[in-house]
Amino acid sequence: MNTRKLRDIIGTNLMRIVTLFIPLLFFFILILLIYKSTLVLGTHSITDVLFSTIWNPDNGQFGLAAVIIDTILVTGIALIVAIPISLLSAVYIVEYAPLRLRRTIRPFIDVLAGVPSVVYGLCAFLFLAPFVKNVVAPWFGIQSTGLCIFSAAIILSIMVFPIIISLCIESFDAIPLSLKEASLSIGATKWETVKKVVFRASAPSIMAAVLLGFGRAFGETIAVNMVIGGTIRLPSSVFNPGETLASLIASKYGELMSIPLHESALMLVALILFIAVLLFYFVGFLLLRRAKKRWNY
Amino acid sequence: MNKRIIEENIFKILMIASVCIVLGSLMVIFGLVIVNGISSLTIQMITQTPALAPPGSPPGGGILNAIVGSLLLALPATGLASLIGIGIALFLQADFLHPALSNAIRFMLDVLWGIPSIIYGIFCLMIMIYIGMSSSLIVGIIALTMLEIPIITRCMDESIKMVPIGLREGSYSLGSTKFETAIRVVRRQAFPGILAGILLGLGRGIGDAASILFTAGFSNRIPTSIFDSTAALPTMIYNLYSTPLGQSKAFAAAFLLLIIVLVVSVLSRLLTRRFKKHIIK
Repeated sequence: MNTRKLRDIIGTNLMRIVTLFIPLLFFFILILLIYKSTLVLGTHSITDVLFSTIWNPDNGQFGLAAVIIDTILVTGIALIVAIPISLLSAVYIVEYAPLRLRRTIRPFIDVLAGVPSVVYGLCAFLFLAPFVKNVVAPWFGIQSTGLCIFSAAIILSIMVFPIIISLCIESFDAIPLSLKEASLSIGATKWETVKKVVFRASAPSIMAAVLLGFGRAFGETIAVNMVIGGTIRLPSSVFNPGETLASLIASKYGELMSIPLHESALMLVALILFIAVLLFYFVGFLLLRRAKKRWNY
Repeated sequence: MNKRIIEENIFKILMIASVCIVLGSLMVIFGLVIVNGISSLTIQMITQTPALAPPGSPPGGGILNAIVGSLLLALPATGLASLIGIGIALFLQADFLHPALSNAIRFMLDVLWGIPSIIYGIFCLMIMIYIGMSSSLIVGIIALTMLEIPIITRCMDESIKMVPIGLREGSYSLGSTKFETAIRVVRRQAFPGILAGILLGLGRGIGDAASILFTAGFSNRIPTSIFDSTAALPTMIYNLYSTPLGQSKAFAAAFLLLIIVLVVSVLSRLLTRRFKKHIIK
């Protein structure tokens, strides 16, 4: 009896210690990033850094506006392309496709969600970029090297497809059949049922899926880094090379880490990424909680 | 009435088109990697480390250092992350922790899952420089462990949440302690989900380049101690993709990564199905 109690106490405390590790890690990262970026914030005001477009570390200028605009462009285009296509595909797979097709597509999508981003990046660099250079950009009458914001956004949207689709399929499957049948029985077409019943009933899960897709697109470092070209200037079109927040860290860390002020500027970039993810997840968390209360079937 | 049917048909066509776009683009990527990967995957490629070649001539040798490096990084990291993850996931149940607290920790885990992996990379690099180490296998393992903990924990947590409360109450009523219930009853019931979580973490860890880019460094040799820097498949691709001479190696590495991800995914499906038999419904 005594040994059992002892084991219980030891085990429970071990579990408590590893659980404590999570808030510790969370705040440790946050505090370290804040601490490291105070150096650059001491000499430059935050508005100066966020809204200036001049990035010239050698002159002590760390304007991030161009990078932030590029990040918004890349993530925005990727999601605008990915969300409707993935939603429609998920609807087709769940509601329209024959059972056999459905059974084969799902494992395939799950595998794709796990394919490493370097693999996407490699294909984008070798095949998508030349395609954009030779076909897409001339079609718009613009000269481009192919290594540009547009290529990065397209490869990101391809990476996001499987994530949104697999989560949406899961949530569409979870809708009670009687809800759909009720709608169909009063004469609604299949698409009307999808629009008015399926989308509404699974709205919280769709939101969660989009959020996860956003997270992946926003924070993707390596694949973006490989195709975006790496220029920090205000883009005049989406076929210009650019640099996103995450890819900036990867491409500049090696050359900038030796000088404390430069390193501090990159830490500020990391801090911006962390806070943006934190805020977005928090808003998503609140939205989801409200939505769950409302769509409570 | 007619308008509604036209709308139905328009959307049906749109849906089929989007499925074609999704499957088409993903097939193209798969096809490219498989075709280029197989053509560059020779015996020499997987049994030799890179050979030093005079500048200008194609680099010889293979990518054995990256294969071994990837396994040496991802396997210990996944093991460590699973051990820590299972502790956290079991502790997040209502028996141990107030629901408000566990929800706060779940939120932190979600954020940690969502932050770009490069942040783990520079975080570990920062600490590494502070304590005076250089890029090495051990720092890479630590960075990957941090990356995998939120993934593994959240997956385990989701499946542990599904364990019916009656099962736990039954265990308590027979006089077991909380820890015994968690380890012997809840863990066993949630085992398929726990396994799926571990394999998901492994798949993510083995393919991530950003977190080990600075922490594990790069080396042409197979590491002999945990303080040696090492190459890995993703960092190999990242280092070689832009040089025309290195592209065959990059494709071989990408092909191997794809195979690993595929095997892990199939394994996850098979094992989950196998262990689902033992669940009490």
